[in-house]
Amino acid sequence: MDVILFLVFAILAVACAINVVVQTHPISSALSLVGVMCSLAVLYLLLGAEFIAAAQVIVYAGAIMVLFVFVIMLLNAGAEVRKGRSVMAQTLGAPLLVALLGLMAYFVQRLFPRGDSVRFGGFTGGSALDIGRALFTTYLLPFEVTSILILIAIIGAVVLARKELE
Amino acid sequence: MDSFLLISVVKAAVVFAVLMTTLAYLQWVERKVIAHIQVRPGPYRVGPHGLLQPLADVIKLLTKEDLIPPYVNKPLYLLAPFLAITMALLSISVIPFGPTIEIGGVRTWMQLTDLNIGVLFVLAVSSMGVYGIVLAGWASNNKYSLIGGLRSTAQMISYELPLSLAIASPLLISNTLSLRELVERQAGGIWSWNVFHGPFPQVFSFIIFLIAAFAETNRVPFDLPEAENELVAGFHTEYSSMKFASFFMAEYANMITVSCMATLLFLGGWVAPWPARYGSSLVPVAIFAMAGLVALYHGSRPARRRDRYSLPAFGILFLIAAAVFLLPIVQAWLLPLFWFCAKTGAILFAFMWVRGTLPRFRYDQLMGFTWKFLFPAAMLNLLVTGFLVAWVS
Repeated sequence: MDVILFLVFAILAVACAINVVVQTHPISSALSLVGVMCSLAVLYLLLGAEFIAAAQVIVYAGAIMVLFVFVIMLLNAGAEVRKGRSVMAQTLGAPLLVALLGLMAYFVQRLFPRGDSVRFGGFTGGSALDIGRALFTTYLLPFEVTSILILIAIIGAVVLARKELE
Repeated sequence: MDSFLLISVVKAAVVFAVLMTTLAYLQWVERKVIAHIQVRPGPYRVGPHGLLQPLADVIKLLTKEDLIPPYVNKPLYLLAPFLAITMALLSISVIPFGPTIEIGGVRTWMQLTDLNIGVLFVLAVSSMGVYGIVLAGWASNNKYSLIGGLRSTAQMISYELPLSLAIASPLLISNTLSLRELVERQAGGIWSWNVFHGPFPQVFSFIIFLIAAFAETNRVPFDLPEAENELVAGFHTEYSSMKFASFFMAEYANMITVSCMATLLFLGGWVAPWPARYGSSLVPVAIFAMAGLVALYHGSRPARRRDRYSLPAFGILFLIAAAVFLLPIVQAWLLPLFWFCAKTGAILFAFMWVRGTLPRFRYDQLMGFTWKFLFPAAMLNLLVTGFLVAWVS
């Protein structure tokens, strides 16, 4: 059951991810990205990280992607025209893709040489309590640094978007 | 495993049937309430007091011509109402209506499923429900729909923040994300409910939640996405027949969900306001008996000819209901259900009351209100609650 669900949603995630690039209309791409986010949330859920799954849907699929769609609708962006590919892309594209996949496979093999498979639901640190505790003890510094980084980005956005005062 | 599957299917069927009936009749109740606020009788023609009006509406919506305009983006145009209604109905699956019940030797919870992230699940599903409205507005390829969709997106993103912050404060007190445990922590009476519970009573949080909930469900005074005088019908201008009905049902289902959430988070769910040993179990009996006696009294001196038969019939029905609440066998599950429905119903009534009373906000007022007042207020409330909870424990 777990394996079937994993396969279904993993394939869905990859298909949606490819669709993001293939689609010519920005709205279709954005919606495919929502599909990717939701499929990833299901994969987190399968592993036993229910809090992260919920956060993934609320933050990425629910908030950030709604903003993306909002901006696309606001700017009224139309479908893009597919241009002819350059010679470089035509000749080097496929070999580079194969090389990249091979490299990734090699590193995964190096990092996890024993080949023990994933146990579904085996991740135990996925509850809200565990994550809260980890964020405020083990990862306190990275957490606070990230918060300040986001704050800087917000202030930057406000400054950039502000109308020039005469 | 088999019995689990069977029970789940039966429960899902029961909840679905009850929810659909409630959806249909909620609309009748709303029309009646608003009509009486405006001193007019409301729906009166179909059935006694218009009671069959929802049925007539359903038949009307089903048999109407289902028109798809030629200029729409068809896949998304069809997806939008489906998304809206699915997401609206999905969140009811984690709402607990009462404690465990025992039927024919099978013990089960009056809830479809209990997730340990129940609160987050409801938030996640409701945040996905926005797509239904956004896509409807965009795919219709109509400027009124588009503006309606844009407004609703901006409004929902803005109001989701105070809503989440208002939800977080009672969670700090109850210290759980499971909706079932949330209610169990509030057991014991009105002073244990989160809205009155120490160290910091969540009255402000409750009010902020309700205001944000009005905006989340696109209700008056925040129904800008469908402001008739400027946007025709907003995001669902181009929809007809069952597709229009899906949006309509989604709005009412969302109303029910937020009312249930308010009940669970702040008002103690199915817990009675005071313990049964001080007579809280007699409240429904008293209410139904009173209603029955009033109906019988008016039936004995009828104002119209048909009242001579209809009012005594209703009076006897109410008295039977009062007697049922006295039976100890059904009390175990009927009483929690009564309190849950009473609390949720009170909040739903507030929704209608506000719709009958308040005018609509202007758009810039709406945005200014949430960002300049509601969000800081919710933040402050969360901070104070957090400090006090940490200080007490």
